[in-house]
Amino acid sequence: MSGEEFVPLSLPPLLIGTFAAIACALPGNFLVLRRQALIGDAISHVVLPGIVVAFLLTGAVSTWPMMLGAMGAAVVAVVLIELIRRLGRIEPGAAMGVVFTAMFAGGVLLLEQSDTSSVHLDVQHALYGNLESLIWLDATGWGSLLDTDALRYLPPELPRMGFTLLGVAAFILLFWRPLKISTFDEGFARSVGIPTAALGLALVVVAAIAAVAAFDAVGSIIVIAMFICPPAAARMMTNRLEVQVGWSVVFAAVSAVLGYVLAGYGPLWLGADDAVSAAGMIATVSGVILVLAARFGPCRTRAGAPAEG
Amino acid sequence: MLWDALLLKLGYNAALVAIGAALLGFAAGATGTFLFLRKRALVSDAVSHATLPGVGLAFIVMVALGGDGRNLAGLLLGSALSAGAGLWALSWLTRHTRLAEDAAIGAVLSVFFGFGVVLLTVIQTMTAGRQAGLESFLLGSTAGMLRVDALVIAISGALVLVAVVILRRPMTMVAFDPEFAATQGISVHRVDMATMGLVMAVTVIGLKVVGLILIVAMLIIPPVTARFWSDRSGRVVLLAGAFGALSGYVGAAISATTPALPTGPIIVLVAFGFFVLSMLVAPGRGVLAATVRHLRYQRRVHLRQGLLALAQGQPVYENLTRRLLRRAGLMRADGVPTDRGRVRAARALLDETRWQAVRADPAHEGAASLYDGLRDIETVLTRDQIEEIDRRIGGPKEVRT
Repeated sequence: MSGEEFVPLSLPPLLIGTFAAIACALPGNFLVLRRQALIGDAISHVVLPGIVVAFLLTGAVSTWPMMLGAMGAAVVAVVLIELIRRLGRIEPGAAMGVVFTAMFAGGVLLLEQSDTSSVHLDVQHALYGNLESLIWLDATGWGSLLDTDALRYLPPELPRMGFTLLGVAAFILLFWRPLKISTFDEGFARSVGIPTAALGLALVVVAAIAAVAAFDAVGSIIVIAMFICPPAAARMMTNRLEVQVGWSVVFAAVSAVLGYVLAGYGPLWLGADDAVSAAGMIATVSGVILVLAARFGPCRTRAGAPAEG
Repeated sequence: MLWDALLLKLGYNAALVAIGAALLGFAAGATGTFLFLRKRALVSDAVSHATLPGVGLAFIVMVALGGDGRNLAGLLLGSALSAGAGLWALSWLTRHTRLAEDAAIGAVLSVFFGFGVVLLTVIQTMTAGRQAGLESFLLGSTAGMLRVDALVIAISGALVLVAVVILRRPMTMVAFDPEFAATQGISVHRVDMATMGLVMAVTVIGLKVVGLILIVAMLIIPPVTARFWSDRSGRVVLLAGAFGALSGYVGAAISATTPALPTGPIIVLVAFGFFVLSMLVAPGRGVLAATVRHLRYQRRVHLRQGLLALAQGQPVYENLTRRLLRRAGLMRADGVPTDRGRVRAARALLDETRWQAVRADPAHEGAASLYDGLRDIETVLTRDQIEEIDRRIGGPKEVRT
């Protein structure tokens, strides 16, 4: 494939997809180990009302109000879940289920009630994203990567996702030791003076930021899949957290690239004319990787438990 | 308008939808209760998302065989098969790998849903698929509901309820105490799978009405709501069914009044409304009841401590205590006890002194463990025992001032 075609049409979505996948997979490692894996699921449901409310207030599909609305909705959801859990004395899973389904229903209702037909905002978009449409029309070939004029017209999602990834990676790197200690042994972490509650909250907030940024670019399926599948697959490969994080990044990147390529070119190879959903395909590839790891990974069983067939 | 809708006067389709939604709500609430009591409510999220690839595959297969891809029974069969596959994957991941259940739920949910989306885009490119409208399964669509669809919902809902009635004892036992159930010869794994099978059936039935994303709400919210009202599992199951049915009925009626109101989300929001109401006003576990209980307890503690202070001639400074004592007519504004106050204070002091004697005596260990600073000793010991204790304490002594 020539650079003239690849750089404007495929490079930006590939990079955005990969950045989004890695940005979600990094905090996902800790969420999976802390048994909070479904937070990604809950967040990606509750951002819908936030985005719709932001749209209704500003009347335009602009990025920052929507990101703020999504963050606001995520915070409201966390507060509501805690409130219901404490006041109603209900187990966290059910409290989460009550809150995120109700908020999602509210979002759908608002969306259907408001006049959003003129803009590209609907439930399908929220679910699948529009990875394929993030193209860079000003690029003419590989040379455009050095051309400042063309670079200015990069899809804005690309730098945003890049910075999000940098921020998430910086958080993980900076708080590596306390995160690791508090994930594996919260009591010990408290006894050596780590503020575990604040750290746990910070992790959820970072995950929410990654989810909201990725949600905007690639839709919620990728967010949920990338929070869980790459870290879960990586967990089957090793018993060391450092190595696990490394594997999860590799798996996330492979899912994003392979998924995008399969979605864009797979149907052509099979003789069909149209591409299929890239977001769905990326999630599917991550699932295939998880199955392979679960079947053949060296550390797939629980430590000490006999390996069952 | 809403009244007409509630009385099924808004036309044939609206009545059909309302009755179908009520039946679905009852089946979902009753089934979801066991999931909720087993603390696995979110498994339903994985099951419901896992139906999507089945819907897509069923459509493709039916079109390939030359039939109409939109045959509801065929689509539901396909969704049941893929939900079953998702359930199997979930159970395999949790049993045979080190993954915890929440990670397995998330993995199954996202991967199956992602694959389903891929299939939907494939269908959109097929000539027969342009107007397939399979997206309506995401959020439900009751606009074109037929008599056959309502009958399918009614019959399968009834079957699910029959299964719930048959399986209620093993399911309850496994939900509350899986180890005990295992010692009784019940296969916990099989009962769990049966529960999941029922959940799967409800999900498949609900695809048409509320859609696969919101059916989770019908399985989770009514049981959580019902739990506020009762501590008996049988009653919670019935109440959850009732709340589910009511939400389905009222939600469908509300959505029938205005064309732009989607049924699924309205039903869920009505259910959520019942939940919030129950959380606030339910007796026993409700927030209001808990607040009242707390205030009453606080008042009793303050009164008791205030009376004890009066009995020993100590001044009372604490504001709430002063207010309570004065309002009960036990103390004057200047802090001097009234006659009635003196009597009550003396009784409180006697009670407290008796308690001290009881707690110092190992022979009354059982009674002493009931001491909470509020209970009258007459409610714990017999008259003979109290007389015996009074002898030990001795009669009233002169108070030196």
